[in-house]
Amino acid sequence: MREFVNYLLFGWYPYVCITVLILGSIIRFDREQYTWRSKSSQFLRRRQMMWGSNLFHIGVLTLLVGHFIGLLTPIGVFDTIGVTRDFKQVMALVVGGIAGVMAFIGCTLLLHRRLIDPRIRKTSSWADLTVLSLLWLQIALGLMTTIWTLDHLDGKEMLKFMGWAQGLYRLNPGAADLILDAYFIYKLHIVLGLTLFLITPFTRLVHIWSAPIWYLGRRGYQVVRSSGRPTARVAARRNVQPAE
Amino acid sequence: MSHFLDRLTFFNRIEGDFADGHGITTNEDRRWEDGYRKRWQHDKIVRSTHGANCTGSCSWKIYVKGGIVTWETQQTDYPRTRPDLPNHEPRGCSRGASYSWYLYSGNRVKYPLVRSRLLKLWRDARALRAPVAAWASIVENPAKRAAYTKKRGLGGFVRATWDEVTEIIAAGNAYTAKTYGPDRVIGFSPIPAMSMVSYAAGSRYLSLLGGVCMSFYDWYCDLPPASPQTWGEQTDVPESADWYNSGFLIIWGSNVPQTRTPDAHFYTEVRYKGAKSVVICPDYSEASKFADLWISVKQGTDAALAMAMGHVILREFHIDRKAKYFEDYVRQYTDLPMLVRLVKQGDQLVPDRLLRTSDFEGGLGETNNPDWKTVAFDETSGAVVVPTGSVGFRWGEKGKWNLEERNAAGAETRLRLSLDDIKDEVAAVAFPYFGNREHDHFAGTDHPSVLVRNVPAKRVKLKDGEALVASVFDLFVANYGVDRGFGGEHVARSYDENVPYTPAWAERISGVPRDQIIQTAREFARNAEKTNGRSMIIIGAAMNHWFHCDMNYRGVINMLVMCGCIGQSGGGWSHYVGQEKLRPQSGWLPLAFGLDWSRPPRQQNSTSFFYAHTDQWRYETLNIGEILSPTAPAGPWDGTLIDYNVRAERMGWLPSAPQLETNPLEVAKQAATSGKEVKDYVAGALKSGELKLSGHDPDNPKNWPRNMFVWRSNLLGSSGKGHEYFLKHLLGTSHGVMGKQLGEMGTQKPSDVVWHDEAPEGKLDLLVTLDFRMSTTCVYSDIVLPTATWYEKNDLNTSDMHPFIHPLTGAVDPLWEARSDWEIYRAIARKFSEVAPEVLGVEKDVVLTPILHDTPAEIAQAIDVKDWQRGECEPVAGKTMPSVTVVERDYPNLYKRFTSLGPLMSKLGNGGKGMAWNTEHEVDFLKRLNGVVTDEGPTKGLPKIETDIDAAEVILTLAPETNGEVAVKAWASLGGFTGREHTHLAIPKADEKIRFRDVVAQPRKIISSPIWSGLESEKVCYNAGYTNVHELIPWRTLTGRQQLYQDHLWMRAFGEALCVYRPPIDTRSVKPVIHTKPNGEKQIVLNFITPHQKWGIHSTYTDNLLMLTLSRGGPIVWISEKDARMAGIVDNDWIEAYNSNGALVARAVVSQRVKQGMCMMYHAQEKIVNVPGSEMTGQRGGIHNSVTRIVVKPTHMIGGYAQQSYGFNYYGTIGTNRDEFVIIRKMAKVDWLDRPTADQPQPLSVAPRIEAAE
Repeated sequence: MREFVNYLLFGWYPYVCITVLILGSIIRFDREQYTWRSKSSQFLRRRQMMWGSNLFHIGVLTLLVGHFIGLLTPIGVFDTIGVTRDFKQVMALVVGGIAGVMAFIGCTLLLHRRLIDPRIRKTSSWADLTVLSLLWLQIALGLMTTIWTLDHLDGKEMLKFMGWAQGLYRLNPGAADLILDAYFIYKLHIVLGLTLFLITPFTRLVHIWSAPIWYLGRRGYQVVRSSGRPTARVAARRNVQPAE
Repeated sequence: MSHFLDRLTFFNRIEGDFADGHGITTNEDRRWEDGYRKRWQHDKIVRSTHGANCTGSCSWKIYVKGGIVTWETQQTDYPRTRPDLPNHEPRGCSRGASYSWYLYSGNRVKYPLVRSRLLKLWRDARALRAPVAAWASIVENPAKRAAYTKKRGLGGFVRATWDEVTEIIAAGNAYTAKTYGPDRVIGFSPIPAMSMVSYAAGSRYLSLLGGVCMSFYDWYCDLPPASPQTWGEQTDVPESADWYNSGFLIIWGSNVPQTRTPDAHFYTEVRYKGAKSVVICPDYSEASKFADLWISVKQGTDAALAMAMGHVILREFHIDRKAKYFEDYVRQYTDLPMLVRLVKQGDQLVPDRLLRTSDFEGGLGETNNPDWKTVAFDETSGAVVVPTGSVGFRWGEKGKWNLEERNAAGAETRLRLSLDDIKDEVAAVAFPYFGNREHDHFAGTDHPSVLVRNVPAKRVKLKDGEALVASVFDLFVANYGVDRGFGGEHVARSYDENVPYTPAWAERISGVPRDQIIQTAREFARNAEKTNGRSMIIIGAAMNHWFHCDMNYRGVINMLVMCGCIGQSGGGWSHYVGQEKLRPQSGWLPLAFGLDWSRPPRQQNSTSFFYAHTDQWRYETLNIGEILSPTAPAGPWDGTLIDYNVRAERMGWLPSAPQLETNPLEVAKQAATSGKEVKDYVAGALKSGELKLSGHDPDNPKNWPRNMFVWRSNLLGSSGKGHEYFLKHLLGTSHGVMGKQLGEMGTQKPSDVVWHDEAPEGKLDLLVTLDFRMSTTCVYSDIVLPTATWYEKNDLNTSDMHPFIHPLTGAVDPLWEARSDWEIYRAIARKFSEVAPEVLGVEKDVVLTPILHDTPAEIAQAIDVKDWQRGECEPVAGKTMPSVTVVERDYPNLYKRFTSLGPLMSKLGNGGKGMAWNTEHEVDFLKRLNGVVTDEGPTKGLPKIETDIDAAEVILTLAPETNGEVAVKAWASLGGFTGREHTHLAIPKADEKIRFRDVVAQPRKIISSPIWSGLESEKVCYNAGYTNVHELIPWRTLTGRQQLYQDHLWMRAFGEALCVYRPPIDTRSVKPVIHTKPNGEKQIVLNFITPHQKWGIHSTYTDNLLMLTLSRGGPIVWISEKDARMAGIVDNDWIEAYNSNGALVARAVVSQRVKQGMCMMYHAQEKIVNVPGSEMTGQRGGIHNSVTRIVVKPTHMIGGYAQQSYGFNYYGTIGTNRDEFVIIRKMAKVDWLDRPTADQPQPLSVAPRIEAAE
């Protein structure tokens, strides 16, 4: 039974979550364009927003990037570039710990203001409250895991999780066996994380797809959007030699 | 295809660049932009407006998208004005722009609703009986009747079908007409100008039935009786564009930017042009920021301020130096040269009535109406002459009713203003002074009650011997306390002397520094002198809502008249309150009051009606002695206020409804039995006591109003002054009245009116309200009918603020089961015709009408007041008592009559304001335009009035303002009276005919007509009195001139022959209750002021979500910081305001804006939105009128006396309410009463001892 549940939660559940995340997001993007937004409450109240939102977003983005790189990069790559396993573990602990604390403080502020501020409370949907509560719980769980991580700074436990995660993209659900004996808190953290993927398309979390990162690499200061097809004027201008 | 796939264009997203790569061109998906494009796309734009009570009369574009009204914006296509004058457009304010919210709101009344208890009773009764019998079985059974009447206001509505509700209403009306008389069916609807057809729908039904239409202008207290007193005109004012022609504008108690928002731009523009402006207002209103000088006057003391300014103007422009323009103006256009008899009263002289030709031996050669022609001294001949133009010339002779400076014989005259140069003696004349009366909250002075001042007088030989006379001018100047060197007391040479009415005196009363008074008066007059009268005073309701408003207004009018501003472009009296000029009035009247079928209609002045029938008279605290003049001539000045009202009714001064204790359908039969003519029978039977006027016993069930319609109005949520008395006595439901009735406190009971120890509760059998929203009135009704909104019907709209006529048109069909007012009343009429034959056929109805203004009868009671009831004269219909007319009612054919234009238009023609003209041509035209009735029956061949557009065409075709041909006829008719040629004013437009579709295309400027006193031309803006001054048409007063001396016996008795300062009355509503129910909080007593809304559509619609969001979303009362501190109140606290009339709850707005000693509650804040329970009454909150009670004023009851004759919405008692004080305190406990009734808390218990509250 224990094996079966483990297999279900860590073997198949991730595929369900990721499928829903991707397909759900695409469908929502196509069908419900006007709902595609972050629903920022900054307009309603600035208080606690600046600290809360910035701490949370910086922390959580760091965590997200850390998790992806740390879990999905084959261990061979680290070995090749000379990052030892215990160093990687300590590194993950320190960076993740700092980012986690930032995200936790930020998330707590945000949750506090969402629950207590009457204006924001009144304009919050059930999904808004759920998502923020789950995020807060997820960060809390993540921070709790560091306590057990201190027991095995050699990185062996970490390798198990890496093996499981990399098994997923190798389409090997059987990799779930690797973490059968992992400590309960870790597992809860993973399941909740996957659940957050699952609910993303139905909540404001979709705004992660639209994070405005393209500004950073954009050429030009002024953007002119043409009306669908290239107009005669644009086409003509392309052929015009710039004035020397 | 897919937003997602289309974005996967990483490689060709950038199409090109420019500006050296600083700019890029992309071709990404842009369909998201369509959302913004569609936001403002629409399928059509329809022209409509906001048509129940907003004065703005702004034309709006209503946008419809997918069959749904989405938003509205201002129309900008008004016809242009002249060069050098700003255009009118755009007109419309943010409040109007919020209206479309109502169409789809939760507040919308969607289906016909009936009180469920009534509907159950009806269905049970109807199963066994015919409709009228079914209704009788309910209302004749006290238990059944009480079953629903006692639950009014407590919810319990259920849906019914149109067929069923119209049958209940028709049965109720038929039963009432048969059992008690059709004059027990009452209808209240205000301001016809804003949606003429909707108003006319109900009033036409009622008038064909013999029901009573109720006035609104006087009831709303928007009517300034000073206007009919002075000018014989209800109210006529300059259009707002004329502000731009002014050089000096006083804004007095008006809040132009807030309550005249669409017109305010003219005020701004004229300020830029260089006009000076003084704003006089107790609070720092929005208008105050426009001012060069803001004068913060103590509320209610405006008359003192105006009198002091008049004192300065007289001193500097009429006495010390005579400004030629002013002198010539007052000589020709006012009664100042007229002669007044001085009579001995005890050991002093008092001014009596104006001298008439009949006072002279041989009547100075006048044989026609010698009692009604006033006289003056001629400077050239030195003789007493009879100037043309007085009312005696208006009736019974032709061609001499004009303001030419000639006497009756045609010789030129130059009337003498002052008798100083030819005086025989200097007479000591007594003037009343009221400023010394005690009042807890208003400062007075200790001058004596009678001020004796010296006046030059001359002895003239009259029929009854030699008499002493003075000119109005000399009395007028003496009244102002201006020292002219005649010696004696109570006159001042210096402005610093404390003598009524110097600036120093006014400073004590009004709190305004004397320098401000002197400067304002001087500059106002100097501007008028230099510009020939371009000084203007804009007044708002603020000054008119006081019991002694006449004094405020006459003080202001005197200033304007002294400076020759009336009738001059850019000058004049601009009272913009509520009346909303119904420009095509004379075309509308036949439609609205069924004058095409029967004349006269029944019309009632609402103030007197509600005073009697909501039993507010039973709580009267004002004694006649408190308002009677110390110089009152001998007379029967006994009784209480309601006694004066019934005296006025029986003398033919005021109307009454119901009229007779006997059913008027029976009276004609009784007359036939007696063999006498009906009017003689009625006169005789009244004298013998066989017939009784209903007014003498308003609490007798025979005299109760039984059915009432309310449409286009929120009577119980807004205008119902004495709200709690309405609930208690008229409706018979739960109420908050805390006062005691007459007799309980040992006070005087009425002498002429029957007193019942037990006051009736629940006079109405049936209250029907037509509305599109669930207003406070709907909540208290028995039947609520869903009516079309302003964007769902066709109608017409005009205003006094601009010269255009424009329509309401249906942007969408009435939603859910709503219908337009026209359709609703047509349906009721149809059902009534089906139901009525059960008890009614063709009936003879005896209608009593008071002596009406602008009819030959208006010169009825010239010299003295004689009451037939006291045996002082014989009752003569139309002379010493109301006129009596027999009207045929064809009840089975009422519907057919309703939907066709009756034969009287061809037979009797049409007219207005005393003029008459033939309308056969117009009737023929309507036959071709609307088609004729083809059904067999009494209406076959008559023009049809089936739809609301048909009805609009009737108005437009018959009115001189919209049909040039009629205008020419009207001016020609007037020319017959004046002997002058006026048709030149309309001949250029003779061919112009404005049709309904024309105004749908664009607002149209109306055509000049003699119904109004201004001109619509390419040369001048509309300005009231313009044709009086420039065409020499007399004002419709006793003297034919602007009448500053009011000589009626009652005017003299109540001390208002000349303008004086009178402090507010003491309503005694605070002391009986102040310490009765302590709640532990501090209390403060404040004057209760109810200005116009900021967050409502004009005065009524505050339940709009957008408006609630912009304001505080519920009832509020503004109080000053100092008062709040004293009462321990901070901003946004829940407070209660109460007095013996009732209680209201609201949140406090603590503001520097408010003057200490007063509080302000914007009126018409709905009881249905965020109102908790009152600690005092245990009832839900209350409205602003929960703490008011009307007090009627005898001088407003005067009738049968030229300009002081009754006219519907023209003269009569007015619903004043600003003399009221309330106790304000913080609420200890806010209870929302959101439990079942049985668990509701009781009000605070009465304190066992008064000390407990200290």
